[in-house]
Amino acid sequence: MSGRHASEVPADETPEMGRTGVPAEAVDAPLDHRPGTSGIATPGGGWRRAQGPSAQKREKRKRRRGGARDGDPTVGDAEFQSYYGRQIVKSAVWKTPDVPLYLFLGGAAGSSAVLGAGAEFTGRPALARAAHLIAGGGAIASVGFLIHDLGRPERFLHMLRVFKPTSPLSVGSYILSPFSTAAGGAAALSLLGQVPAVRRGRGWLPKLVRSTGLRRTASVGAAAFGGPMAAYTAVLLANTATPSWHEPGNQLPFVFTGSALAAGGGLCMVFTPVDQASPARKAAVVGAAVELAAMHKVEHDHGVVSEPFHIGRAGTLLRIAKACTSAGAVGATVLGGKRWGAVGSGVLLAVGSLLTRFGVFDAGMASSKDPKYVVIPQRARMAAREAAATTASGA
Amino acid sequence: MISSASPAFTGNDPENRLFGPLPDVTGEAGYEPDHPARVGFFTDTSVCIGCKACEVACKEWNTLPMDDADGTVDALGLSGMSYDNTGMLGANSWRHVAFVEQSRPVDLPLPSIGAPAAPGQGVGSGGGCGGSCGSGESPSHANADGVTIDQASVLNAQALSSFDPQTAQSGDREIRWLMSSDVCKHCTHAGCLDVCPTGALFRTEFGTVVVQDDICNGCGYCVPACPYGVIDQRKDDGKVFKCTMCYDRLTDGLQPACATACPTQSIQFGDLDELQARADARLATLTEQGVTTARLYGRDEDDGVGGAGAFFLLLDEPEVYGLPPDPVVTTRDLPSMWRHAAGAAAMLVGVALSGFLGRRR
Repeated sequence: MSGRHASEVPADETPEMGRTGVPAEAVDAPLDHRPGTSGIATPGGGWRRAQGPSAQKREKRKRRRGGARDGDPTVGDAEFQSYYGRQIVKSAVWKTPDVPLYLFLGGAAGSSAVLGAGAEFTGRPALARAAHLIAGGGAIASVGFLIHDLGRPERFLHMLRVFKPTSPLSVGSYILSPFSTAAGGAAALSLLGQVPAVRRGRGWLPKLVRSTGLRRTASVGAAAFGGPMAAYTAVLLANTATPSWHEPGNQLPFVFTGSALAAGGGLCMVFTPVDQASPARKAAVVGAAVELAAMHKVEHDHGVVSEPFHIGRAGTLLRIAKACTSAGAVGATVLGGKRWGAVGSGVLLAVGSLLTRFGVFDAGMASSKDPKYVVIPQRARMAAREAAATTASGA
Repeated sequence: MISSASPAFTGNDPENRLFGPLPDVTGEAGYEPDHPARVGFFTDTSVCIGCKACEVACKEWNTLPMDDADGTVDALGLSGMSYDNTGMLGANSWRHVAFVEQSRPVDLPLPSIGAPAAPGQGVGSGGGCGGSCGSGESPSHANADGVTIDQASVLNAQALSSFDPQTAQSGDREIRWLMSSDVCKHCTHAGCLDVCPTGALFRTEFGTVVVQDDICNGCGYCVPACPYGVIDQRKDDGKVFKCTMCYDRLTDGLQPACATACPTQSIQFGDLDELQARADARLATLTEQGVTTARLYGRDEDDGVGGAGAFFLLLDEPEVYGLPPDPVVTTRDLPSMWRHAAGAAAMLVGVALSGFLGRRR
């Protein structure tokens, strides 16, 4: 008897639900307005993780205090759920300092290579030599750091098995290989040209090493790949699921090339007499300005994903980097004509660039470790999409 | 070899090579039209009992090393996360059963609304929800045993309408235990596959994504590229590992080890289109029974990864299970990033060379 009664209840009810055509997800909504049920009228039916009676309070407290796992004080109020506060995306397995150093050296080498080629053709032998050595040294060291970072270094040549535009690391391998060959060649020719036996030698080999044409060819080759070399590393970081690298993906290339100009120009200023260093100075100052401007956008345009650039170790590094870069740029403008001023401001610019790379690297790593940087932006994206769909259907 | 996605970089992507629905992902990867149908997993978490048979079968079949919840090899430790000591998917855990213990308070019905159900009166009043309950499942469920009748009678309409299979009552609280066996999603647009510079990751004839460990040089790029945090590097070995959907078993006509071991058919293996139809039917059944929080995850081919080869029926928001709510393959934004990088490179060359112009100082 009771069974039949029970079966009548849904029989009365089902057609009504069918008529209104309310999707299953929305059935909760009208119920929420009933008296006596408002206490659990939260999304998902009010379910909360149960870890003993005080778990929720504990978690809230932790979040307010800025616990390492569940959140940080600046967005402590933002609500999000997670699986025991564990990270969702994996952090990059790239080693520190290998990869940040690679980013710095690759950038400095790339911009130096362009400066070196310019100096070759405008009669600035001292600037050309310094630029070639910085570019070549940086490029060779880059290759070393990159191979050392591989899990299987003996297989580094597998990078050249295929060419994939979808993989910035594949594209980068095809930039780094010719770049380091040409830049290393130009640097070697510059160095060997100083060796007395080569300078005075009469055979074809010393003549070849001394030949301006060969050195110019190498420097032009390096310069052709210098820009891509400095820029692709930004895409390398941005083309990941790491929130604070991916979101500013269109600005990071300008941060990295600006930073590369500041570093390359700065280092060339350090090693070049001031009467030949004017192009390096200009490049460094403009680069520093671009770096600061682009970094400002990265740090402020991306909501919660910009937060890791302000807090923790990354925040500290980036604040020092900004101070160094600004001071270096001002110093290069005002005192760049004096030898000691050029050395001081050049070092400051290079240090600023180095710390920027470390800071950006650290900020991304931090963003991957906290699930809020994954959940909150994705939830916001879904809400925006839903709102757009509602507006479209309402119109 | 040049990747087949190259044309997408010319600007538009009419064939959805980087993003969007892709009906024949295997064919797009270069296989002949007579390739096998795309296979996948449908993991129905509403019938998962958390036995971890899938984890064990996977470890045994693939000879994966032991590790703790943070991926430390040969370490044994309790994570403090319910029954979950696996912690996450990683190089040594290709199946991961998540355990989420949840509770919510249950309001007693107020005397002012209609005729409230007194304790013990549950059957006669249809579980205390009168004619407005909307749940076909709860009354018959209440008939199953006397204890449940008593408990159901003090529940309000909201609680009953949200009945789901993993729920029980305890005093004034309702408790439930969500269990879900997570696995590599074998995405239509797989970030790991897109970014692999060596070609170690490849699309199989079954439409799955597999690492060739004799090619992988451990660059680690796939690790941060996965929007789900699935693939990881084995520290001692240097190479990366993830679920292969038991490629070796598939080529011999067998099911993957985890699906074979699953005692409740929570993990179902088969042709993807068939699984999708089955999942849609299952969702409809649960919805009809009043499980309003049930939803499919990874089923929609319009999502950020073009639909997943391994998809799920979940009973709560994805992030509760440790899954990203709206994952997007990182390569979707890559053409824009390349364009900006080209602009930035041109800027660098322009700035550096312009310094040489003008009068010599």
